[in-house]
Amino acid sequence: MCLGIPGQIIEIIDADNMLAKVDIGGVTRSVNIACIVNDQDDLSDYLNDWVLVHVGFAMSRIDENEAQKTLALLQELGEMQQEMDTMQSMEPQS
Amino acid sequence: MKYVDEFRDPAKAKAILNEIQSLLTKTAIVKQRPLQIMEFCGGHTHTIFRYGIEKLLPETIEMVHGPGCPVCVLPRGRVDDALSLAERDNVIFTTFGDAMRVPGSQKSLLQAKADGADIRMVYSPLDALNLARKHPDKQVIFFALGFETTMPSTALTILQAEKQAIENFSLFCNHITTAPTIKAILDEPDMILDGFLAPGHVSMVIGKQPFEFIAEHYHKPIVITGFEPLDILQSIWMVVQQISAQRSTVENQYARVAKASGNLPGLQAIQQVYELDASSELRGLGKLDHSGVKIRDDYQQFDAEKKFALTKHAASDPAETCCGDVIKGLMRPWQCHAFGNSCKPETPLGALMVSSEGACAAYYNFGNVNELLARRQKDTVNS
Repeated sequence: MCLGIPGQIIEIIDADNMLAKVDIGGVTRSVNIACIVNDQDDLSDYLNDWVLVHVGFAMSRIDENEAQKTLALLQELGEMQQEMDTMQSMEPQS
Repeated sequence: MKYVDEFRDPAKAKAILNEIQSLLTKTAIVKQRPLQIMEFCGGHTHTIFRYGIEKLLPETIEMVHGPGCPVCVLPRGRVDDALSLAERDNVIFTTFGDAMRVPGSQKSLLQAKADGADIRMVYSPLDALNLARKHPDKQVIFFALGFETTMPSTALTILQAEKQAIENFSLFCNHITTAPTIKAILDEPDMILDGFLAPGHVSMVIGKQPFEFIAEHYHKPIVITGFEPLDILQSIWMVVQQISAQRSTVENQYARVAKASGNLPGLQAIQQVYELDASSELRGLGKLDHSGVKIRDDYQQFDAEKKFALTKHAASDPAETCCGDVIKGLMRPWQCHAFGNSCKPETPLGALMVSSEGACAAYYNFGNVNELLARRQKDTVNS
């Protein structure tokens, strides 16, 4: 549960509830982005940003190079599979 | 492959190891005994074993594996509490996968599920909230576990449930905080520790400040550390640099993710929903002051313990295991007589054997089990 997986924000799906669609290693799911957003910013400013996702919440903005390195390593370790399976088994609506 | 290579670049690893070695020759302590460096976080323990980092290090450095694995420090009584909630009629009990196989005094959640309880593994507390929306006629309970890394997610889920007036959702709160747990280890009389690797993702949430007391009052170096093999080597090097210069400060090796100030919106959500509990029990460490949190009265309608008037269970660890001493770093996993005998990953007695982040499972899966058991045998004969 402490594993963070990098993903890229590809769509804002529910600004009121801070939900964005995030591409995580080719799988998309809705992720809460409340922890990485500054109050005064427009949510569309965050499109295409890379974030570290923990249990459905984006917790830190990271650069793309860092994201790619971490994804490659997690995939190689085979440590993403279980998280990805659980992630896909249940997709929350807003 | 280019990205992976960057993280395990053997030339970089060798350069760091050489630097560590050369510093050690100038460090007074190692003439008497090996340095003891604790990695607090179970994620770090996993990386250390997975990449054989311990074998790369000079013999004058010993890694001590800390209690930073949330399911590992969950007392058996709390698993029994979870079972009593999960086995109620009309309840959907939801949990992170890590908790499914942790043994209670009679059974695990996985066994209770096989016996017919509606227990479901979810990836996120938001998935549990979604189940509550889909099943308005059921009570959905989420088993909230983890150090500060997962606290913003459960706090924000409660805030969401309140905003949307979802009344059939509640949280069984078992969150624990990192700093009091480290303090308890430092206060242990038999403990010899020279420095710490601090958990990178806890630090991402809480920042640097909560660790300052370790450097200031206990005079131990502590370095906030990332999760890749080279991150860990670099942080060990930073700890050794401090020891050799007789300094102790909080340093941040993982600044690319963990900011010194932490995550402000996450901290605000934690503050809004949770307050420190007077004391909480951790497996192996006993009752610790202010180590856990509870849900504030303002949100008590989301507190499963209150909602279902939970009667707490007390259950001690199985007599044949030494989980407590292993969690505190006073004993190595293979020195426990249950290790590899009655306690194995497929039939775990203690939680340290269940989780891939637990020290016992790490030794069992990545160590040479036969060699370790032979070593234990030899130690027993000699003692």
